[in-house]
Amino acid sequence: MSDRIITLGKAELYAAAVQKKMNGWRLAQICAVTTEDGYEMSYTFVKDKNMDTLRVHLDHHESISSITQIFPCAFLQENEAAELFGVLINNITMDYKHKLYRIDVEAPFGPDKEEA
Amino acid sequence: MAKRSIIPFGPQHPVLPEPIHLDLVLEDEVVVEAIPNIGFVHRGLEKLVKTRGYKQYVYVAERVCGICSFGHGMGYCESVERVMGIDIPRRAKYLRTMWMELSRIHSHLLWLGLLADALGFESLFMQSWRLREKILDIFDATTGGRIIFSVNQIGGVLKDVDRSMLQEIDKTITELEQELTPITNTFLEDALVNNRLRGLGVLTKEQAYTAGAVGPMLRASGVDYDSRETGYAAYNELNFGPIIAIEGDSYARTKVRLAEILQSFEILHELISKIPEGEIAVPVKGNPKGECFVRIEQPRGEAIYYTKGNGTKYLDRFRLRTPTTSNIPPMLDLLKGCQLGDVPLLILTIDPCISCTER
Amino acid sequence: MDRLKKSPWMLHYDASSCNGCDIEVLACTMPRFDIERFGIINTGNPFHADILLITGGVNAQSAQVVKQIYSQMPNPKVVVAVGICACTGGVFKDCYNILGGIDTVIPVDVYVPGCAARPQSIIDGVLKAVDILEKKKEAQTHE
Repeated sequence: MSDRIITLGKAELYAAAVQKKMNGWRLAQICAVTTEDGYEMSYTFVKDKNMDTLRVHLDHHESISSITQIFPCAFLQENEAAELFGVLINNITMDYKHKLYRIDVEAPFGPDKEEA
Repeated sequence: MAKRSIIPFGPQHPVLPEPIHLDLVLEDEVVVEAIPNIGFVHRGLEKLVKTRGYKQYVYVAERVCGICSFGHGMGYCESVERVMGIDIPRRAKYLRTMWMELSRIHSHLLWLGLLADALGFESLFMQSWRLREKILDIFDATTGGRIIFSVNQIGGVLKDVDRSMLQEIDKTITELEQELTPITNTFLEDALVNNRLRGLGVLTKEQAYTAGAVGPMLRASGVDYDSRETGYAAYNELNFGPIIAIEGDSYARTKVRLAEILQSFEILHELISKIPEGEIAVPVKGNPKGECFVRIEQPRGEAIYYTKGNGTKYLDRFRLRTPTTSNIPPMLDLLKGCQLGDVPLLILTIDPCISCTER
Repeated sequence: MDRLKKSPWMLHYDASSCNGCDIEVLACTMPRFDIERFGIINTGNPFHADILLITGGVNAQSAQVVKQIYSQMPNPKVVVAVGICACTGGVFKDCYNILGGIDTVIPVDVYVPGCAARPQSIIDGVLKAVDILEKKKEAQTHE
């Protein structure tokens, strides 16, 4: 049983996700965290008892491409990160364009307005 | 080509107690696509970690969902404890496992009742919920609450259960086992139930795995995975294995859940015979700093809790990925190609918990 | 008039509850608590309903649905807010997506507190609602 967090560069994420898919890992969750200088995206994969988390750091206005091409089931959680955190995610296969939860507040978990 | 039409489904629907909205694209009677629309119960409670201390937040975490309430409280506590490096007393671990397994029984009985209701089998619905009341009575007696009982705290549990109470629980469970038999037989052998469930909504092993299904949904498609085996709480000291079925249809999902109720009875018997004496909580000092992911097997499947602390009383982030979030994409696969009349039943077979999903 | 008192129909809607109160509302219709002994039937259609049971606080999206369901119900009608979230917003009051209790959107006649509200108190609240329904009906006929 292992439980690791692996930090990657933005460019390496796509290849790493393909690798996970090829090796039979299952996408477990996607989590966004707002940090002082941007966002932290964590993609967790599970295979049997092992759990690996791929982590990518993003600057405030930096975009990331969606992994829905590899894992179609990621669409719900990527839309959630985009709507609640304001992370810019490109090419989500089913893009709700910030209309998933349809809340009145814009990116409530995102950076505070004066910082941004 | 047949004429296409779009039918809105929900949010207020007689079969589902919770609001979910689907746009169903139909070709005559057959669903070709389903587009989910959620957000009717989104509250945004993950944000509350910024205004509630990490010890106080246990009460919010428990109110993510009224059905899986205990599990969410426990998952949150486990994740904070792992960040802070707290080792809780063994008795507390056993007690948590006991309430967790009772929750599983109550949740599965609740689901069986709703399934019977969706089939139009009113008396079976009533019978399932009658048995469920006995579990709620155990909750009421041991914790003082029927649905949300707030017995978790960081560092252990708040209430102890004495020997005579444990024996009483053991007795109730033995009775329940006998009372469950006729219900099990009806679900698995009755022709009416069988006609509706067999062959409906088949999810192959590959489909289930790639779509990211979890819990009974994944196991009913033949994947051998149960996150209880990762050994949180007292599960590493107990004997059990994942319950799987290979058919992958609605009948298999029912069968798996029924078998899991029986398995939970076994776990409870073993647990009550093994429970050690001792403290039920350790004092907690300081604030969490660091992060961790924790997996908990909820009645509906694997839930992931992520906690990130910054050394202050308030956490930076708490994230909860609930089982239903993972089960919605495979549900959309199931709906493609089904009849309109089967839609409510198919949605029900994933055991959706919308308030978990949207938080 | 008597017919209404003898068999009011109730409709349940989850505005943004945690499910706790919802399953307790359902548990009320079970043989153990048996709300049907008062002639009350749980219906799924707002056009048939006299009593509206709402659980959970109102959020941006459910506000529209709640208003719509309320407007679809025939007059006279009563609203029962079940659980502390439906009364005031409860533990979720500070959440960004919670507007507050049900009374921020539609008028509420009976408040049932509790987290989760117990079946006994829900039945109590519903019976109070039946009396209010009766009074409303009388007021309507005198007009």
